Amino acid sequence: MTKAVLSTLELLLLLFPVALLLGGYMARVFRGERTFLSSGLRPMEKLVYRLCRVDEAREMSGRSYALCVVATTLGGCLVLLLIQLLQGILPLNPQGLRGVRWDTALNTAISFGTNTNWQAYAGETTMSPLTQMLGLAVQNFLSAAVGIAVAVAMIRGFARKEAKTVGNFWVDLVRSVIYILLPLALVLAVVLVSQGVVQTLRAPVEARTLESARQVIPMGPVASQEAIKELGTNGGGYYNANSAHPFENPNGLTNLLENFALLLIPTALVFSFGIMVGNRRQGRALLAAMLALFALGLGLSFWAELSGNPLLADAGVLAGANFEGKEVRLGIPASALWAESTTATSTGAVNSAHDSDLPLVGLVQLFNMGIGEVVFGGVGVGLIGMLFYVVLAMFVAGLMIGRTPEFLGKKLGAREMIMAVIGILLPPVILLSGAAIALLLPAGLAGLGNPSAHGLSEILYAYTSAVGNNGSAMAGLSANTPFYNLTLGLVMLIGRFATLLPGLAIGAAVARKRTVPSSIATFPTTGPLFVVVLVGVILLVGALTYFPAFSLGPILEHLFLGAGRLA
Amino acid sequence: MKEIRTAFLVILVFSLLLGVVYPLLLTGIGQLVFPWRANGSLVSVGGRVVGSELLGQSFSSARYFHGRPSPSDYDAMASGASNLGPSNRALLLVVQERVDRIRSKNGLPSGTPIPADLVLSSASGLDPEISIESALLQVDRVATARGLDVAVVRSLVERMVVGPFLAAFGDRRVNVLRLNLALDGLT
Repeated sequence: MTKAVLSTLELLLLLFPVALLLGGYMARVFRGERTFLSSGLRPMEKLVYRLCRVDEAREMSGRSYALCVVATTLGGCLVLLLIQLLQGILPLNPQGLRGVRWDTALNTAISFGTNTNWQAYAGETTMSPLTQMLGLAVQNFLSAAVGIAVAVAMIRGFARKEAKTVGNFWVDLVRSVIYILLPLALVLAVVLVSQGVVQTLRAPVEARTLESARQVIPMGPVASQEAIKELGTNGGGYYNANSAHPFENPNGLTNLLENFALLLIPTALVFSFGIMVGNRRQGRALLAAMLALFALGLGLSFWAELSGNPLLADAGVLAGANFEGKEVRLGIPASALWAESTTATSTGAVNSAHDSDLPLVGLVQLFNMGIGEVVFGGVGVGLIGMLFYVVLAMFVAGLMIGRTPEFLGKKLGAREMIMAVIGILLPPVILLSGAAIALLLPAGLAGLGNPSAHGLSEILYAYTSAVGNNGSAMAGLSANTPFYNLTLGLVMLIGRFATLLPGLAIGAAVARKRTVPSSIATFPTTGPLFVVVLVGVILLVGALTYFPAFSLGPILEHLFLGAGRLA
Repeated sequence: MKEIRTAFLVILVFSLLLGVVYPLLLTGIGQLVFPWRANGSLVSVGGRVVGSELLGQSFSSARYFHGRPSPSDYDAMASGASNLGPSNRALLLVVQERVDRIRSKNGLPSGTPIPADLVLSSASGLDPEISIESALLQVDRVATARGLDVAVVRSLVERMVVGPFLAAFGDRRVNVLRLNLALDGLT
């Protein structure tokens, strides 16, 4: 338990000061103010505008902004699809890999274009270095930047008064990449290489082991992708084993840095939010709510994982320690901390096998993703999702005190409420329907890697991960089939736009409103009461939505284990 | 439409910057500053590449320390976990079988609990390390097979122990390939 507490404290001690600084920096970037990097980066930014014929002074309505979001997302998917299909005739393919099968390629294109990074394929034997660099890594940056841009537009909506516009999408996108993602990725990637993360264009190397067996060692430009994979809360591994692979995550230091990196921008954005709406305490209140939910899930995970598996103890394993699917250099506490961090944000990276985690840990992961990954959350989209819950919470509070709900001086009306409810409820409806269909069809059941209650969890996890644009998996599910590739692909698209578009709609709607001065009767939104109401609403919505499904999956399996029974 | 054209221009420009310039710049830095790390931390003996320090490999001879079970038997082109759930009969059966085999190979009485990492497979299938407990458990067997003094082998293991990072990340452990290379150096 000491390591559990210590690793968490070390991570948070590193995270919060850096996120606070980055949050201030990001607020400056998106207000177009000078930063300490401007002298070097401003010329590059202007060059991109010139090449892309972007007028940086132009302001956009919510509708135009949304159109750009959709065009960039779908355009990115299309380009990535073509690169994969044509891989066989493109250069930088030392293994001579063929074009990716159409359904896998389509699934992967949507997956990386929507910041999900669900992977139906195994990187080592499917994707050439060119596809990884030019296709997958580029979308790692762009999909993250789209998320940040939309969050910034929504924040502007709350900050502006009687405005018809929410900013310029192209400017927000380009600044996200050039001022935030690229510099951070460069620094992180260099540190990762120094620790053993591979960065080369060589073909795989053949080794003859000490016992004279042949071992082919994969190579690739891994560090450059690993860095943005975590910073952009993407999560698509260069190799099949993802961040459990020693070439992606070679030691405790890289593990801490990667875990820190995937939480960094989502946390910093909450600080930026406080600064940009002119109410830093509001940002801190949201962060307090996130931290409470994080601690809740993490505490349960630690407790479950560290109490071990009684069935393993019976089989002769020391203390029944649940070490299946875990790495010795990372250990159980750091694996549980990572799993909590990646499902709280929408990072699909795994450093342990989620399929082999104890059922209550799986329950926490499903819950984190199911509530929409609003605990820190994916870059941009996490904050958007949290603001949906804020709108809902203010509505509930408004009903209780009998006043029109307001937030940051903006009266919240029917349109904001409808959009928030779409953002909160459409994803669960889609994921539960998708999982139910998969459970009814032979094509769905054919993929099961485990029997009984755990099998149900596998299918539920797949659709939850897809709709939440998370991308991690209980990977025993054989999902590289046309059925799963197509249904999960569709679910990922719906999940992405069900967050981005309502977020923009709310931003554009509140931008048009006047700001009403707060009075003695205004519900205070920066105090402990607000945090309690917000957390309560999130827990309530999550529990009401998922309890029936969870009770047949992870909860049932937990009861089996407790009784010392196989499923 | 204008926005669609801009979208494709942005994707094109960023593909060059982020998909070509960025990874090539890093490859350059990596190859110049950390060439051994950037190229897979390969270990050679007498000019022959015997593996990577960071990737586990299969050991079955009694003269070597054994690593963790691997779902792909240490095929480095097929990384990944067993993905067996904690209540799956298949997991319990294979673990029981490994526990029995390790007890018999190392001359341990039946009923001896076995360290978890030695009988449960890793997440990557390529874990290069084992816990210090799993290494110490094999000392007698390796010493006997090599005709070495047990104390010599034990002290070799203890010299190679790596501790957790910042007292929190990872277990006390040894690198199996490094340990076996050091063993070969003794005899």
